[in-house]
Amino acid sequence: MTAFLSSINYNAWIVPVLLLLPVFGAAGLWAHALMSAKDPDDKRWREVRLLAFGFFLAEAILSLGLWWSIDPAAAGWQAAVDVPWIPQWGIRFSVGLDGISMTLVLLTTLMMPLAVLGSWTSIRTKPHAYYTMLLLLTVGMLGVFASLDLVLFYVMWEIMLVPMYLIIGVWGGERRLYAAIKFFIYTMIGSLLMLVAILYLGSEASRIAGAPTFSYDFILNNVRLDPTTTLWLFGAFALAFAVKVPMFPFHTWLPDAHVEAPTAGSVILASIMLKMGTFGFVRFALPLFPSAAMNPAVRSFIIALAVIGIIYGALVALVQPDFKKLVAYSSVSHLGFVMLGIFALTTESMQGALMVNINHGVSTGALFLLIGMIYERRHTRMIADYGGIAKVVPIFATILTIVCLSSIGVPGTNGFIGEFLVLVGAYKTQPIATVISATAVIFAAAYLLWALQRIIYNKLDKPANEAVKDLNWREIGLLVPLLIAIVWMGVYPKPLLEKTEPAARRLVTYVEAQAGKAAPATASNTAR
Amino acid sequence: MLVESLALSAVLFTIGVVGVLTRRNAIIIFMCVELMLNAVNLTFVALSKVYGATGQVFVVFTMTVAAAEAAVGLAIIIAIFRHQRTVNLSNINLLKG
Amino acid sequence: MNPALTPEGAHPLAATVARLVWMLPLLPLLGFLINGTLAMLGAAKVGPADPSADGHGHGHDDAHGHGAAHGHDAHGHDDHGHPPRHKFAGIVSLVGPGVLVAAFALALGCFFAMRSVEMEHPYLVTLFQWMPVGDLALDATFLLDPLSMVMVLVITGVGMLIHIFSVGYMQDDPGYPRYFAYLNLFVFFMLVLVLGGSYPLLFVGWEGVGLCSYLLIGFWFSEKANADAGKKAFIVNRIGDFGFLVAMFLMFANLGSLDIATVAEKAVELPMGGAIATAIALFLFLGCTGKSAQIPLYVWLPDAMAGPTPVSALIHAATMVTAGVYLVARSAAVFSMAPVAQLTVALVGALTAFFAATIGLKQWDIKKVLAYSTVSQLGYMFVGVGVGAYVAGVFHLVTHAFFKALLFLGSGSVIYVMHAAYHATHNHDDAQDMRNMGGLKSYMPVTFYLMWTATLAIAGIPLFSGFFSKDEILGSVFARIHHSTLAEATLLGIPGSTVLMIVYGLGLASALMTAIYMTRMMLYTFHGPNRTGEAERPHLKEAPWVMTGPLVVLGLLAAFGGWLNVPALLGAIGPVGGLEHWLEPVVGEAGLRTTLGAAPHLTHETEIVLVGIAIAIAVAGIAFAVMRLKPAALVPKKDSPASEGIDRVLENKYFVDEGYDAAFVQPTIGVSRIVLWKGIDAGIIDGLFVNGSALLARAFGWMGSQLQTGQVGTYAWVLLIGVITLLGAFTFR
Repeated sequence: MTAFLSSINYNAWIVPVLLLLPVFGAAGLWAHALMSAKDPDDKRWREVRLLAFGFFLAEAILSLGLWWSIDPAAAGWQAAVDVPWIPQWGIRFSVGLDGISMTLVLLTTLMMPLAVLGSWTSIRTKPHAYYTMLLLLTVGMLGVFASLDLVLFYVMWEIMLVPMYLIIGVWGGERRLYAAIKFFIYTMIGSLLMLVAILYLGSEASRIAGAPTFSYDFILNNVRLDPTTTLWLFGAFALAFAVKVPMFPFHTWLPDAHVEAPTAGSVILASIMLKMGTFGFVRFALPLFPSAAMNPAVRSFIIALAVIGIIYGALVALVQPDFKKLVAYSSVSHLGFVMLGIFALTTESMQGALMVNINHGVSTGALFLLIGMIYERRHTRMIADYGGIAKVVPIFATILTIVCLSSIGVPGTNGFIGEFLVLVGAYKTQPIATVISATAVIFAAAYLLWALQRIIYNKLDKPANEAVKDLNWREIGLLVPLLIAIVWMGVYPKPLLEKTEPAARRLVTYVEAQAGKAAPATASNTAR
Repeated sequence: MLVESLALSAVLFTIGVVGVLTRRNAIIIFMCVELMLNAVNLTFVALSKVYGATGQVFVVFTMTVAAAEAAVGLAIIIAIFRHQRTVNLSNINLLKG
Repeated sequence: MNPALTPEGAHPLAATVARLVWMLPLLPLLGFLINGTLAMLGAAKVGPADPSADGHGHGHDDAHGHGAAHGHDAHGHDDHGHPPRHKFAGIVSLVGPGVLVAAFALALGCFFAMRSVEMEHPYLVTLFQWMPVGDLALDATFLLDPLSMVMVLVITGVGMLIHIFSVGYMQDDPGYPRYFAYLNLFVFFMLVLVLGGSYPLLFVGWEGVGLCSYLLIGFWFSEKANADAGKKAFIVNRIGDFGFLVAMFLMFANLGSLDIATVAEKAVELPMGGAIATAIALFLFLGCTGKSAQIPLYVWLPDAMAGPTPVSALIHAATMVTAGVYLVARSAAVFSMAPVAQLTVALVGALTAFFAATIGLKQWDIKKVLAYSTVSQLGYMFVGVGVGAYVAGVFHLVTHAFFKALLFLGSGSVIYVMHAAYHATHNHDDAQDMRNMGGLKSYMPVTFYLMWTATLAIAGIPLFSGFFSKDEILGSVFARIHHSTLAEATLLGIPGSTVLMIVYGLGLASALMTAIYMTRMMLYTFHGPNRTGEAERPHLKEAPWVMTGPLVVLGLLAAFGGWLNVPALLGAIGPVGGLEHWLEPVVGEAGLRTTLGAAPHLTHETEIVLVGIAIAIAVAGIAFAVMRLKPAALVPKKDSPASEGIDRVLENKYFVDEGYDAAFVQPTIGVSRIVLWKGIDAGIIDGLFVNGSALLARAFGWMGSQLQTGQVGTYAWVLLIGVITLLGAFTFR
């Protein structure tokens, strides 16, 4: 495989192609919209979903080669492309991947077709605009994971907001406008400060380099600032990422956005967009400002927020009457594990955090897909409206059970591997926080099993549920890959772990070394 | 002669300002605005004695603009009247916050 | 896994059938896959391509079809004489028990292979690298040593019998393939648990059996009570699992490994009685209290009786609940370095044994009696492994698996017959309440004799299996009162020897109560007049052979299982200390550490006195029950008055469930809803900060907008004042 990929010079073109293909796709949809303007609506949306799915599928298939073509152990960026973009200001179109971003790119490209299939029959109004938004969203998300230029990163980061805002605001539920605006402003406020920090970093870098530059590598290697400035810049970055993760107390946009978004929107939000926050910490906030991130006060503060998020998210999830909201709060809890793993800063916990990232994308994505499916049949998300439906929809019930178990973190599913690695690694540096966080295994079981019981078990006592039909082949087909991933990553996670290990190890070593250099007083705190 | 002309135009202008500020009828306010324009015209003409013919040229411009303004302004006032059955500006406060 | 420990391939077992040990768990997994597929094929009906189309169009007929099918499922038991068997029943009956027969055969092969070779080290089979992360080089490794061999034999052997029994017991159930799928999956996880070569792999099995327990307790999920019980079991177990997890964190941080062998090696280098060893041991034990239903986490096990009775026999009596005992024995090295933890284990075990026995005295549901009896007997096992008598604990585990499986299957057979009788007459009485039974001995003699065998075994009547194991546990406690690390340690300020004496006393008291409540159960069920009802009586008859057959085998084991480990005192009747020798390589060293290097020794005279006391207590308990309890005086459940006073407290299990609910569950839910969600989330964060800032912006905007009167005159005035001000400012600056 590797030989074939290098024979077609795969690494040289894959990232730009992945970024451009959705743009062409959007153009294609536009052309279709113009050409089919006279066709009946019923025909149009059937055609356009096929067309869009084709593009997403092509994207997914093209990206698969990354699994083999990216050598995780190699130092430096893989599949890198670097061309001038706005030369006057030293802004370059500079992209590249390492093991960590490669897994997230694959998560994105593989989840997108499933998300499209998940809203196969539910989106019938303005289908062209809808699929165009999904395609543009893909560009933004892939761009965030691949950018190696800070301005490019910022542009990609903000590009995503608009399609997602429209997806929630146009195709969402009853309170979609409130949710969309909340989502937009929340994330915008965070990222504006990040823009200021990026400009500051760029000007510092340009001063050192003698020519304008926003290059990630250059800033990483050359810009050294005094502790106070570092702290402020770290704060600006961290706020933007913390909103996106979302960390307590910046999480309240998430339940609203999740609940109001259409199925595909929720899936993408949960599976991919939240990961950009944690990815931001791993790629930017931590390595660029190691001394600030490892500052004992800052670190304890973030870990405390992570732990609060874990417990608080789980407890609030416990009492949600709306299943979608429950899953949204469970995301707060899960992402807390990721933050704990990152800031505990051991190889095991970092690996675990990256693993939870992927796991959460798969399991929570699957949960939202399942909720979307049952919503399409019953038009309610309220847990109390269900009960006993395992009798009428056994396939749905079985899959929902498996996915819930994965989300609970039952061994044998992917959820366990990630949480276990985070906790076992984090205990070495943050014993108290880890022990508190570990209680979430109890709450996770409580809220999900309770919800599961009220939905699929108990008596089938509501007449409306008796006629609900089971999943069809399309839905089964789109869930099966996720189920396979759940079991595969739970039983044999080694291939995935191997992809991220070198990068994770490098990051941990680098941050430790840098933080130790900057502030010897904190060395005892970070040493293992 | 210059002093008297300027004094007259000052008086005319002031009358125009006071009219605009105190009256509520749109037509009268409009006429006061015209009064102020003509006061300015008078100033231009008077001062052209000192500074040359440029002032005279400006007066022609101003009169053209004033004519256009009168056409548009009166049209607006008529439109308002048709809509509101009054041209009393106290009742026309669509811009109120 | 440490390669130096076992040069792969060089191990003597590698040349024998034992190299196939990895197939042991895979066989039931295969069964699960087949049965699970059949269950889905039988139940599922794939939906229409477009789910948003509502049921009025072409889907209308489907809707009716579903409704009808549902009605059939729900009422099938009541309305029809014999519901047709599941369409895949034949193949499921073949696959489900079949894989267990194969696994048992393979286990026997491994056992004989193990007996035929000399092995110094456990046999490790690494399947693949599992979590190679940082310092945590975890492999999927199976560990076969004498201890796991014993467990494997019990699991596959007893499991096989219970699978066969289930073929009869569950034959009419519409969820027949699903049942066997779960049961197979359980055996898979249980085997992973006992064969796991590292704590995380053991934990996979540990949680996996909990999952299967959850699924099987809630097997008839349409009843809320059953679904509740399953959920409760899982969540309570998770509390224990939290302890297990923390123990693993401690091990990894302090010992640098999670492999069982390496941990055992490193643990003995820790300071004796040090904080680390004690903490690891105590957190592990927290895990055990969940899985093995000890105080304070025993509350799930009685509720778990909501599952089918064979499940109670297999999971909630013979195998899964003993996993905690196995874990302590498996971690013997760690526990032996922490006498305080050992004392805690023993004391909790003894208290649980006593406490559960008191509740067992007053239960009316035949399965609840057995459930509390199980909790009590598990307490005994923990007393055994707690005082460092690992062999005694494991021995009791094995004999208990025999006689308690027999008791449960026997009760299952009784319930089956009662249910069939009530079913035939459309009676809705409780088929599990002993007040509705009575006099069954003449209707089902086989079950009757076998149940008495098990009762005598559990009561500790000499030469039955329970006598040997229980006696060995009590004897071990007594022997350690004087000369052991335990006696020298202190628990919460109480000297260890005193604690051990308390444990011994509680053990004797529990033994007495065990004899009483078991005899009570037998008397009420099988003796006296029959209270089932006139119409039902003709329908009472012995269960089919597929159910009684396994009972007979278990009866033989319950009667003669004691021969596995005959005490020296009774050396005349068989080979002395078979199990002791067998387990010596695994737990011998740890046991000796507790007894300060010398084998625990009691003089012959002391031993005879102790045995005499034990026998006297057992006989006294049975005699007391026979004399005091009058089955003839009982009335059926529906005619029974509510009990009062201490009876009521015991019948309601000391109201512990209600207490937990009020102390933990309701406050958690209340705080989460009122304080965290409505208060902090919706109130402070969203209300005050998020929407508050929006409100603030809106307020400023409103203030600004008030300047806009809409009166052009006002604007002109403001303009004029502005112009004058500016002019003035420029003129007079």
